[in-house]
Amino acid sequence: MPARNMVQALNLALREEMERDDRVVVLGEDVGKDGGVFRITDGLLERFGEERVMDTPLAESAIVGTAIGMSLYGLRPVAEIQFMGFIYPAFDQIFSHAARMRNRSRGRFSCPLVIRTPYGAGIKAPELHEESTEAFFCHMPGIKVVVPSGPSMAKGLLASAIRDPDPVVFLEPTRLYRLVKEEVPDGDYTIPIGQARVVREGSAITAIAWGSMLERTVRALEDFDAEIIDLLTLSPFDSETILRSVDKTGRVVIVHEAPRTCGFGAELAATIAEEAILSLRGPVLRVTGPDVPVPLAKLVDHYLPGAARIRAAVEELLRY
Amino acid sequence: MDTRLRAILPDQQLLKFYEQMTLCREFEESCAEQYTKGHITGFLHLYSGQEAVAVGATAGLHPDDYILSAYREHPQAIVRGADPKVVMAELFGKATGLCKGKGGSMHLFEPELAFMGGYAIVGGQFPIAVGLAFASKYRREDRISVCFFGDGAVNQGNFHEGLNWARLWELPVLFICENNFYGIGTEVRRSSALADIHKRTCGYDIPSEKVDGMDVIAVYQAVKHAAEWVSGHGRPYLIEAVTYRFRGHSMSDPGRYRSPAEVELWKERDPIPNFARRLIDEGIATEDTLACMRAKAAVLVEEAVKFAEESPWPEDDEVCNDVYAPVGEEVCPWLK
Ligand SMILES: Cc1ncc(C[n+]2csc(CCOP(=O)(O)OP(=O)(O)O)c2C)c(N)n1
Ligand SMILES: [Mg+2]
Repeated sequence: MPARNMVQALNLALREEMERDDRVVVLGEDVGKDGGVFRITDGLLERFGEERVMDTPLAESAIVGTAIGMSLYGLRPVAEIQFMGFIYPAFDQIFSHAARMRNRSRGRFSCPLVIRTPYGAGIKAPELHEESTEAFFCHMPGIKVVVPSGPSMAKGLLASAIRDPDPVVFLEPTRLYRLVKEEVPDGDYTIPIGQARVVREGSAITAIAWGSMLERTVRALEDFDAEIIDLLTLSPFDSETILRSVDKTGRVVIVHEAPRTCGFGAELAATIAEEAILSLRGPVLRVTGPDVPVPLAKLVDHYLPGAARIRAAVEELLRY
Repeated sequence: MDTRLRAILPDQQLLKFYEQMTLCREFEESCAEQYTKGHITGFLHLYSGQEAVAVGATAGLHPDDYILSAYREHPQAIVRGADPKVVMAELFGKATGLCKGKGGSMHLFEPELAFMGGYAIVGGQFPIAVGLAFASKYRREDRISVCFFGDGAVNQGNFHEGLNWARLWELPVLFICENNFYGIGTEVRRSSALADIHKRTCGYDIPSEKVDGMDVIAVYQAVKHAAEWVSGHGRPYLIEAVTYRFRGHSMSDPGRYRSPAEVELWKERDPIPNFARRLIDEGIATEDTLACMRAKAAVLVEEAVKFAEESPWPEDDEVCNDVYAPVGEEVCPWLK
């Protein structure tokens, strides 16, 4: 199996899905001739032509709206939004339409589209280019939210997202794009949406993370007897895997880079409190970004949850 | 009509144009170097090639007029009067930066210069410019809003919503499109059904014109005239300045979407040496005066870099400031 980074893995998934199914089309700003600003769609225009790989006007609302229309009529569009920070002009189309077409038509329409977008910190540009607002999309019934944490996860999850009958917001952690290479299988390879992955088993504490925080959490907790869960799908999330682990460890720390208030950690903590309060030996702790816009340059290191903060939370919990 | 420079403006002003354009170019080229060295992080969009627009336009405005721009805006802030040192420090993310080193290259703000922001979100500035114009009108102030944007931005809903609104409410907004033919890697003709951007205002009954954005004098004249019209009529106007960016969209752009020959062709129209030639031909400057100005610009930029390098980083706690108003603070303290 060849070693690939996440960019190559995502490119491969798109290529294979397009080969497999001629209903799959790709659209977005600069995805064609330029191969995408992060090169995820590199070479697709040459391979599949302009009818299936479409450079669009700079108009996010219409990118998503058009994709909705395409999907209602049986196509399987994969729309790229250049950065998560640019998705907000399309928020209306996602929330007001994509999310509820199935429900609104009482099950007669489906909206099998994927919105891919790079997200989170990683390139040291400030605010909207660094932020992670996954929680917005988790608050939209009808939308699935997927966040891969490495190249092979990215490939398998993107293939599943494209084949999924419902709209999927697919968040690609910018920091991970070229960070590591790993073996990524060629060919028909999918990872089911809605399933978390236990990355490392342990018994003293459960640590839950996703996206680029996963790798940070794993490294921060090397010396701890921690069970580490990579959530992978945020909506609908895999409560079973989490609760099984909490039953075993009785202690939970959740790590995310998004701001704390109403971050997805809050939802996890509430679910754990509702379902597993009697297993808990201490409070569910969150290590998150502060409730501020992401700042520039050096300050971003202070903004992001780092190893020291993750370890401090775990040490605090272990005292219970 | 007398088209000689001296018939249009006094020597001093003409030389200032040259000086400012040179400073902008030096500044941007130095930014590129600082980015390569890792001193500037994130995204860096350089203005080289488009200087005639910032310089000519700013000169055609009243210093009180609001300016809003996109993310390729360092020169616009500097020409408006921002200290290059403080701008460079901002790009470095230093505490002495224009915005405390928290906003960086794409989000320059200086309310005291009525520089109401760089906007990284394409099209975000349109309705905001409209709102500022409303506020001026409401306060019976004679200032207009000037909204710079790129050719890519005109397909964003905000452009259309903003234009319609400005005309409907009769608000003094001067829209200035810097048409450099590309939005990242997508050429205007591949993104706009009507590539003649100035013609797109007819749906909103807004007068418009196209101007050579590589000619500082042409831009100056068009903007001065348009700004007076906007202020006099209390209605919007749009200028399309046709220009070109010599560098990639940002520092991470390999530029595969255009040919080196095309770039070279446009470089022959470089606004700075072409203007220099006119100054010399018409006896307004000598080669020596201009060389001297270039050297001065280089020194200013060197000083800016040194200042940025030597400035402290913001304190970590700075992250949490300025999210909400401190209790009891006056709203918009810069408004006199
Ligand atoms: C809403 C939004 N979508 C996408 C982007 C990414 N983006 C940044 S600049 C740009 C192209 C803009 O082109 P143009 O308006 O012509 O300005 P230029 O870069 O040529 O100065 C794009 C697509 C963004 N910043 N904001
Ligand atoms: Mg452009």
